[in-house]
Amino acid sequence: MTETMAGAAPADDIDLPPVRSPTVLGIRRETWPKILMPSTMGFLGLVLWEVLVSVNAVPHYILPGPLLIARTLWTDWGTLSGSLWITLQITGMALTVAVVLGVALSILFSLSKWVELSFFPYAVILQVTPIVSIAPLIIIWVDNTYLSLLICAWIVAFFPILSNTTTGLNSADHNLRNLFELYGATRWQTLRRLRLPAAMPYFLAGLRISGGLALIGAVVAEFVAGSGGVESGLAYRILESGYRLQIPRMFAALIMISMSGIVIFLAMSLITHLALRRWHESAIKREN
Amino acid sequence: MSPQDAHGGAERAALRPLVELKRVEKRFSNGTLAVRDFNLAVGHHSFVSLLGPSGCGKSTVLRMVAGLGEPSRGTIDWPTSTDDAGGRPQREIGFVFQEPTLMPWATALANVRLPLDLQGVAKGEAEARAAEALAMVGLKGFERAFPRELSGGMKMRVSIARALVTNPRILLMDEPFAALDEITRFKLNNDLLELWQTQRWTIVFVTHSVFESVYLSERIVVMAARPGRVVADIAVDAPYPRGSAFRTTPVYNDWCRVVSQSLGHAMDE
Repeated sequence: MTETMAGAAPADDIDLPPVRSPTVLGIRRETWPKILMPSTMGFLGLVLWEVLVSVNAVPHYILPGPLLIARTLWTDWGTLSGSLWITLQITGMALTVAVVLGVALSILFSLSKWVELSFFPYAVILQVTPIVSIAPLIIIWVDNTYLSLLICAWIVAFFPILSNTTTGLNSADHNLRNLFELYGATRWQTLRRLRLPAAMPYFLAGLRISGGLALIGAVVAEFVAGSGGVESGLAYRILESGYRLQIPRMFAALIMISMSGIVIFLAMSLITHLALRRWHESAIKREN
Repeated sequence: MSPQDAHGGAERAALRPLVELKRVEKRFSNGTLAVRDFNLAVGHHSFVSLLGPSGCGKSTVLRMVAGLGEPSRGTIDWPTSTDDAGGRPQREIGFVFQEPTLMPWATALANVRLPLDLQGVAKGEAEARAAEALAMVGLKGFERAFPRELSGGMKMRVSIARALVTNPRILLMDEPFAALDEITRFKLNNDLLELWQTQRWTIVFVTHSVFESVYLSERIVVMAARPGRVVADIAVDAPYPRGSAFRTTPVYNDWCRVVSQSLGHAMDE
């Protein structure tokens, strides 16, 4: 008798990965309608908009047509791109700080029930207080515009990451925890090898929400700062254009904010997919 | 003939037990008395099944033996074990849960390697030993597979490999095959018996199946519920190796009848 079992070949078969469906231009065939249908609808909508505006001779300080907006985007790119850069910087920094502090604090929460009991209610208060109502205070208290905007955006982006990661860290399988205990794992080993990986899907779901919220937080803070005459990012450009009745530019800035939001969402979705595609249900497509 | 055959497990256990539970009682914090006055001596290299209805505390007993939860009263001794630092022979226990309990984010190999990683075994050695354990349970070639890519039976094999990788003296199994279909279960039963006969561990196997306990064990401890206690200790006098043919022999049927009757009494009490 050797060390191996007789009949070592397993009785049951492995699930084969689904057969890859044919692709057109590197994109799966069934994905094309998802791209083409909304694009066509969007294009038709723009054409209708342009036609209605020019047929009815709507003045461009009321509603500019898409062509004029596109032209403005091109001509004002110098000013607008500078503002875009500021808004993106604040968003990115706020999200980074939210991730670092959110994850660190949730680890602290998961290690000590007392810390969680003491601090979690305050995190909730921070979350439920509308940012518009505290932004003026922060802008008054903090001299540096950049820093005050950053704090506002951070407050909005922070909570989903904290709350989700805390839930995730506490959601590791009970039997797996017993197994770690059985093999004498240290707290640190259990955290690194069990609780952090188990928290990953939760954290990433929080990150996707926070990415969008960081942008909203940044824009709201810029509005508040802008109404006090402080120059900053894209939201300030919108305010300014509103005062000067430069409505095409207002639309251009609006489009840039929307586009930033979409890009942030896609980036977070991509990160989620890359991190989870090997193991988590949410990232796996099944054919059945 | 294997060394285990034709011995009454109960006799041998009395000589020099590997683990001995004396008057063990377990009361949960909510006041439920899960196990009362439980005495059991498990001999070296024996295959003992704990059989009983659900709620009879068989899993609780197994978990206490593993060191997951202290008894409220009584002692659990390891007379022949040299104590490690903590005084518990922790590293010599392999535990298999009812669910495969694998880490979904890790490959089969990484899952099996886990106990060695936690003990600080060097990476190269851990990999080699984990690969060997996977081969032992018939999963050579599946090292890189993720749990979701494996069938229920294969996941359970990974779980068994993980329990084996530390080379334990005692393997504690908590209804490991209960969730599998019968054909897969039969195959895993056979493979487990072969491994047991070549590796000579001690196995304590919790089950609620009369047939599974008779097929596998040298000795069956029948338990009754509320509170959990021992009602019968039956030495299954049938030789090893037991192959699939054993299931059709009169001896097997006789033992199944004896154990069923005993379990019936346990339910009536």
